[in-house]
Amino acid sequence: MAANPQLNAHGELQHLLSIEGLPREILTQILDTAEPFAGVTEREVKKVPLLRGKSVFNVFFENSTRTRTTFEIAAKRLSADVINLNVAVSSTSKGESLIDTVYNLSAMHADIFVIRHGSSGAPYLIARHVKPHEHVINAGDGRHAHPTQGLLDLYTIRHYKKDFARLTVAIVGDVLHSRVARSLIHGLTTLGAPEVRVIGPQTLLPAGVEALGVRVFHDMRAGLKDCDVIVMLRVQNERMNGALLPSAQEFFKSYGLTAEKLALARPDAIVMHPGPMNRGVEIDSSVADGPHSVILPQVTYGIAVRMAVMSIVAGNN
Amino acid sequence: MKILLKGGRIVDPASGRDEVGDLFVADGKILGAKEKPDRTIDAKGLVVAPGLIDLSARLREPGDEYKATLASELDAAVAGGVTSLACPPDTHPPLDEPGLVDMLRRRAKALARARVYPVGALTVKLAGERLAEMSVLADAGCVAFSQANLPIADTQVLWRALQYAATFGYPVWLRAEDKWLSREGVAHDGEMATRLGLAGIPGFTETIALGTVLQLVRATGARVHFCRLSTAAAVEMIRAAKKEKLPVSCDVGIHYVHLSELDLGYYNTQCRLDPPLRTQRDRDALAAGLADGTVDCAVSDHAPVDEDRKQLPFAEAEVGATGLELLLPLALKWGEARKLPLAKTLARVTSDPARVLGVHSGRIEPGAPADLIVFDPKAPFQVTPESLKSQGKNSPFLGYELAGRVRATLVDGLVVYEQ
Repeated sequence: MAANPQLNAHGELQHLLSIEGLPREILTQILDTAEPFAGVTEREVKKVPLLRGKSVFNVFFENSTRTRTTFEIAAKRLSADVINLNVAVSSTSKGESLIDTVYNLSAMHADIFVIRHGSSGAPYLIARHVKPHEHVINAGDGRHAHPTQGLLDLYTIRHYKKDFARLTVAIVGDVLHSRVARSLIHGLTTLGAPEVRVIGPQTLLPAGVEALGVRVFHDMRAGLKDCDVIVMLRVQNERMNGALLPSAQEFFKSYGLTAEKLALARPDAIVMHPGPMNRGVEIDSSVADGPHSVILPQVTYGIAVRMAVMSIVAGNN
Repeated sequence: MKILLKGGRIVDPASGRDEVGDLFVADGKILGAKEKPDRTIDAKGLVVAPGLIDLSARLREPGDEYKATLASELDAAVAGGVTSLACPPDTHPPLDEPGLVDMLRRRAKALARARVYPVGALTVKLAGERLAEMSVLADAGCVAFSQANLPIADTQVLWRALQYAATFGYPVWLRAEDKWLSREGVAHDGEMATRLGLAGIPGFTETIALGTVLQLVRATGARVHFCRLSTAAAVEMIRAAKKEKLPVSCDVGIHYVHLSELDLGYYNTQCRLDPPLRTQRDRDALAAGLADGTVDCAVSDHAPVDEDRKQLPFAEAEVGATGLELLLPLALKWGEARKLPLAKTLARVTSDPARVLGVHSGRIEPGAPADLIVFDPKAPFQVTPESLKSQGKNSPFLGYELAGRVRATLVDGLVVYEQ
């Protein structure tokens, strides 16, 4: 297997493609760097000059207003110039290849590429073709990884729980199609969370998922018992009413998070969701808006974490 | 033209003979006696063996000449020591009309390199709906009928196709794959696909289809050759089917006895193959099955793909690996790892595929076609795009050092390649 494509010759973060394969030190460095940035967002002047004169290209081959916006805000708060390219509706529809698109963007002198692509592994291909001073940040590729989401989840957990060493974390729902779940699992196992559980029907759990270091539960009540953290995953509408799930109602009955099921977790458990939420499908409104929910703080921390990642890779030249 | 191959180590996989000596060739045949040669090739320190017979090599004609041409791929074949090859019908258009088959054979003959045996389409356009005109295609020179990598989903059509082929005694070559189960999948459904976030193709995709076809073989008596086994369970099923004396044989792609899902690494599209690379356990079972003869032969499954179609995200990349020039070194590597005698190693790429194909080559005996190779089994070379004559430079082994270089190739008694 080739050398880790995310690290430079000094073992520093060159690209952020996946949480898998990153050493604990780098994950901790990102989370620590994000702490003061979380403060910046509270200030009246929400800007620091770390990336002044640098260009961040948000290149989205798949639509996502929310993720793109948080990257844009993060880059602007670091004083970078931000260019948003919605490639989903431009070059590729004219038949341009992915590599040609990258070469063209590279000729426009970017410092950081933020890439969202529908196909797993696309950011690896792009990272192999950018110039040495250019950095690639994966903003979600297929079912593979969404490392900044994983990192903001880790940041949120650390903020509320302080330490990973005694935590039981449950990830519930469509793990099969979820890049968020994969990134968070790798992050939690790297940072030493002793018990990570995945909960869902067989149809939504990928083959051999145990090998990622998780315990599998099909019964949600058993899986939630004594959990410190519950992460609900979004179930895409197109997965309903087919061979994977009979209906949204039936999914909610078995795997939706209600106040009654939440009561099986620890009294101080936190509830997370990467958004956008389907109320009444994976989560009941009373839980989403209830005292255990940290869903909105997740969004806020997401900006700080993305600022941290951008400032770290830009500093590793 | 009379040629003497002088002083080489003559290895005949069909008889197991392995001794140093001289071999005389005249009028396209291997001779039993000495005759004054017009030309002498010094084979001292080299192995003289039958040319390789490859049951699956895509030449990309007609229709995909931008990927490769008959000329480039037949040059690659003889450089790799392949003197006979069967080409699957998945060209554009597919080989479902006698005119196409005839043209392919003529063009191949005119190039005077390796012998080309076209495999005809089992169904029209390989669509799995209407039977192709097998009898007409057989007259045009098709040696068997196949669906290439496009298995028939409709089991009634499959049943009828096997009945019809059995009526005339035509061999049918099939990939065992359940098309519904493999839908959308791009990698073996296991730990690696889960890590990489790739849609999976479970191993039972193969065994379920294999079970179906074996039942149909029992019902129809059709002679079926299973192409590209990929799982340990399938090897077991073939072992049992052979014990039952069913008229079946099978092959494995040479890449599959060396590589596993782990070689996907960080989305290495050179390892995007069909069927997918599976677990190490599967790989070991295939390598063992090939050694004990459950798996009859190894093929290159040569599929030249241009670089643009590999420089894509894994799921979008085109399947296939170049193989004609790597079949010999990779077969030698397999034989060496399993400590097999050279004659046995070579049998899996010469006399055994000859038996499946029903041809008289693949052996060294008086009167047999003089399709021969002279090679140095120890000569090392690095696999680079420049080292390959094939237009397809797509190989999981790029950068590897392999051993086994062909020094001369004879087809029909004529030297068609020399290094």
